Amino acid sequence: MSQEVKLSVSNIEKSFPGVKALDRIEFSVRKGSVHVLCGENGAGKSTLMKIINGIYQPDAGKILIDGQEVQIKNPIQARSLGISMIFQELNYIPEMTIEESLFVGNWPLDKMKKVDWPEIRKRTVALLKEEGLNYSPTTKLKNLAVYDIQMLEIIKAISYQSDIIIMDEPTSAITQKEVDLLFKKIFELRSRGAAIIYISHKMDEIFKIADDITIFRDGKVIDSRPKEELDIDTVISLMVGRKLSNNFPKVDVPIGNVILETKNITGELFDDISFNVKKGEVVGFAGLMGAGRSEVMRAIFGLDPIYSGEILINGKKVSIKKVQDSISKKVVMLSEDRRRYGIIPVRSVKENISISNLNKFIYSGKLHAQKENETVSYYCEKMNVKTPSFETNIEALSGGNQQKVLLAKWLITDPEVFIVDEPTRGIDVGAKYEIYKLISDLVADGKSVIMVSSELPELIGMCDRIYVMAKGNIMGSLEKENFSQENIMRLATASITKH
Amino acid sequence: MKNFIDKLKKLNSKGNYSIYLVLIALFIVSWMANENFATWGNLSNISRQIAVGTILAFGQTILIISGMLDLSSGSVLALAGVLSVSVYTMTQSLALSFIVGIAVAVFCNILNGLMVTKFKTPPFIATLAMMAMARGAALMYTKGQNIYQIGDYVVFGQGSWFGIPNPIWFLVITLAITWYLLKHTVFGRSIYAIGGNEEASNASGINVNKVKMKAYIINGIFVGLAGIIFMSRVNGGLPNGAIGFEFKSLTAAVIGGTSFTGGVGTASGTLAGAFIVGFLDNIMVLIGVDSYLQQIVRGAIIALAVIYDISIKTKRKRTKLIKAK
Repeated sequence: MSQEVKLSVSNIEKSFPGVKALDRIEFSVRKGSVHVLCGENGAGKSTLMKIINGIYQPDAGKILIDGQEVQIKNPIQARSLGISMIFQELNYIPEMTIEESLFVGNWPLDKMKKVDWPEIRKRTVALLKEEGLNYSPTTKLKNLAVYDIQMLEIIKAISYQSDIIIMDEPTSAITQKEVDLLFKKIFELRSRGAAIIYISHKMDEIFKIADDITIFRDGKVIDSRPKEELDIDTVISLMVGRKLSNNFPKVDVPIGNVILETKNITGELFDDISFNVKKGEVVGFAGLMGAGRSEVMRAIFGLDPIYSGEILINGKKVSIKKVQDSISKKVVMLSEDRRRYGIIPVRSVKENISISNLNKFIYSGKLHAQKENETVSYYCEKMNVKTPSFETNIEALSGGNQQKVLLAKWLITDPEVFIVDEPTRGIDVGAKYEIYKLISDLVADGKSVIMVSSELPELIGMCDRIYVMAKGNIMGSLEKENFSQENIMRLATASITKH
Repeated sequence: MKNFIDKLKKLNSKGNYSIYLVLIALFIVSWMANENFATWGNLSNISRQIAVGTILAFGQTILIISGMLDLSSGSVLALAGVLSVSVYTMTQSLALSFIVGIAVAVFCNILNGLMVTKFKTPPFIATLAMMAMARGAALMYTKGQNIYQIGDYVVFGQGSWFGIPNPIWFLVITLAITWYLLKHTVFGRSIYAIGGNEEASNASGINVNKVKMKAYIINGIFVGLAGIIFMSRVNGGLPNGAIGFEFKSLTAAVIGGTSFTGGVGTASGTLAGAFIVGFLDNIMVLIGVDSYLQQIVRGAIIALAVIYDISIKTKRKRTKLIKAK
């Protein structure tokens, strides 16, 4: 690791009408190092990265690369300066093949100015081989997992010979095993001399990967130091500006009878799943990406069909064919994909909350505005949703607040079993804590929660029991006294032995 | 001027009011341009002229908000209209002919709805097919001949009640129904939600197919009604009538701020959009604008309306980023 500064910014300011997004930012990244940015959502990290990537123009301040001042007007120019950015929410074209995706926007041409496909194939094969990735160049992106697409983005950055690589929460949608592979790749890039800027909310991985850490809060750099001079508690308290007393506010409550049970249910992507959830329990579902956890939950919630097997609620067999069925049986689900299955963009916070509960506000065929407003405001307050008004477009809210809106929506239906699939993905520490608190309150109220998560500390901290899945099967379950990351990973990576 | 535009934009961030300002401005300009414009006679005339297209536009508004549309409304209007007229000439029953007109259009739209919900055909294609089929059926039934001597049938389009022409009553009634449905019912909320994000709506417990079907059925009622008024106004059953009315109605909805990306639109906006088109057409005739030029102006208005809609959306996105900071 050298002391040579690759990229630095000085005195960067950026305002949006009414908000100072960045306030005199000083920040620099050394060659061959991983520099982690952390801070709550809205702290200004992403804005700064967008300025470095040429998406935004700063109001004031300078950007220097290798000591030379540069103007970055757009992402294409950023790329030519050796800057690549890998976004948190991957935007890709599902119908594109791997080789197309690697060269899109940068097609090699032959003498006739036609796209040189043989050249593309040759270079793709070489790149994939060099990086040790076992894909065919003609595989379509829609057939790849999130992790694979991320890897392709990284390869793309390598193929551009980028020496400044920005990664915005790359691990928010991948499993622990894949995280380890990603980190290996990042360390490789670092040893090649790349300067890597890494945005993350996850403390354990921050300390695993960082050389330097910079903490943002409210558009300012609060502190910037080598990792050795910081620890987790310090970073968290710098981020939120207050000490978090307890990471997981789970309280033990008396466990009641079995409320939800499945008997050998089989669907397209899972097989012979039997488990149960008791009153007052938080039941976790762990597993690697593609283990079939979300698919089981989707089927129980009525989004996907079940081919065989039974679902029992309070000991009675029920038929769940569509979402309306499960809601009427008081089983609801918060989806892992907030943009796709959660929020309704262009509509207000209020409409997003009441959409699943409209029948509660109906009097002789007409929506009762006052009743609706009262309920919405009660739950917004309860969930601590930060929004200028209930008429605000939901897209104007941060990820954490959108998540709270969706939770409020389901709370109004008064569920007995609340399935939460990756409830804290991509949201900041403060909002995470509030969601843990809510889960804890729910079970204290005698409800049950099923929590699907790829973050093992979260499962271990919140659950009473954890089922571990792999390749569409339940590999085993763990009781509280056996909880450990190692035990979970052992089951999640075990090979399937059919009895 | 710049100040004024800024103020407009500010107003718009709360709700889309600029369409009404455009309408008022157009009214004032037209008033100044020609003294005959702002007379009761002329304004009532405009209202009667736009009634049929606007009733169709209310149906379109509901469909477009939910991410669908109806290209068949002009043809289905003609089919429903000629059958209704034909029933009248056979039975002399206003009630029966009215019911038949509505029923035929509802039937066609149930088919539209089935194609869209059961067979997952894109609404554009499904209603394009219906557009051809309904027109063909109207021509086949009448053997291409207009039906004349429709007697008292003219009451729907030419009669009046309390001194107000019947088409205007129908316009007001359909406006009220659309407004009420969109604003105050579960159906309305579901329509907006489905247009905003269909998958999320399904995962929120909305019966998406049922709502879409309902939307087409309501559209069918409006199309049938429009068919009855149209035939009554033109004094006959015209199988080749109302060609291009689907686009007329789409125009009114789009100018009125209904967004083709779904989830946005209002009944009053569509009404304003229809009046903007109506005023423009009228004033261009009054001041003697060349009829070919009139077409160009009409087209340009659509382009402007859509550009404006998109620019508002980009602005919203920007506001979103600001607030996220």
